Amino acid sequence: MAEGDALIAAHVLDYPYSRSVGPVIGAFLTGLRDGRIVGARTPSGGVVVPPTEYDPQTGEDVGEIVEVGPAGTVESWAWVTTPGPKQPLDHPFAYALIRLDGATTSMLHVVDAGSPDALATGDRVVPRWKPAADRIGHVLDIEAFVPEGASGGGAASGGATATAGSAAGGAS
Amino acid sequence: MTMLDTPIHLEYTFTPGIAQSRFLRGLAEGRFVGQRCPVCGKVYIPSRGSCPVDGVPTGEDVALPDTGIVTTYCVVNVPFAGQAIEIPYIAAQVLLDGANISFMGLIQEIPATDVRMGMRVQAVWVEPDELGPTLASVKYFKPTGGPDAPYESFEEYL
Repeated sequence: MAEGDALIAAHVLDYPYSRSVGPVIGAFLTGLRDGRIVGARTPSGGVVVPPTEYDPQTGEDVGEIVEVGPAGTVESWAWVTTPGPKQPLDHPFAYALIRLDGATTSMLHVVDAGSPDALATGDRVVPRWKPAADRIGHVLDIEAFVPEGASGGGAASGGATATAGSAAGGAS
Repeated sequence: MTMLDTPIHLEYTFTPGIAQSRFLRGLAEGRFVGQRCPVCGKVYIPSRGSCPVDGVPTGEDVALPDTGIVTTYCVVNVPFAGQAIEIPYIAAQVLLDGANISFMGLIQEIPATDVRMGMRVQAVWVEPDELGPTLASVKYFKPTGGPDAPYESFEEYL
């Protein structure tokens, strides 16, 4: 294809990276695969979600892995009117900072609220999980958070019975 | 969970620019097209559209033969990610006859141990129906069997 005198071509670069996740993020991802959200308790008394390997306040190693949520509170959000092809939902949604119950930090995730008029800071939200067989240990094993009480919210709450997600490919 | 796949996928719209587009269109016709500097007279292939010495546009297209010499070369024995060619292979700088700059090409039809600086080579093109605006139109360069060029004739291109 030419534009004027210069050729134009579509180029694609693919980097098939995989990385080790370590014991702390590994626990978080394993939890997601199993339908649970976990954080890490820090020496300074916080619960970091998603967990880091260090206390963000002091830099010390974090301690025990603890379950949080699954419900949480929207602390801040931005509405996406026209989602792009790489974004998690194909219809308008919110990116939100969600402080899960029991956590002392907030986690960036998606709120599928239908309309910006239906969402406000301080709203309570719950995760809408992918079906257990489709979960691979990825942050989008939670398809989105939805307003608490909305239909579909928490429908897959029986996550503890999830089968291992290895059949879903990619992660182990 | 101990490992996580984190593939990166980048889609580009690439343009080589006007001068290199002429070079690439030449390849699609099975020929090499360079450009000459109007000030110093040097012929660049592929041309970037300007002379790096004189800083002037290289407007004049120059058809070059598909014969030249190896100025320097490397025998590649080390496998690496994304390698498209079976090792060992020879990556050489080829100076086409009439050109004043070399470019990289593969050397085949000769054992790696017999390749020499100054060796005369000729391009081997893909089949005519496989030609395209890409360096892949040149399969590789092969020895012509002609006498080697003396070192002094190409030392300024090393």
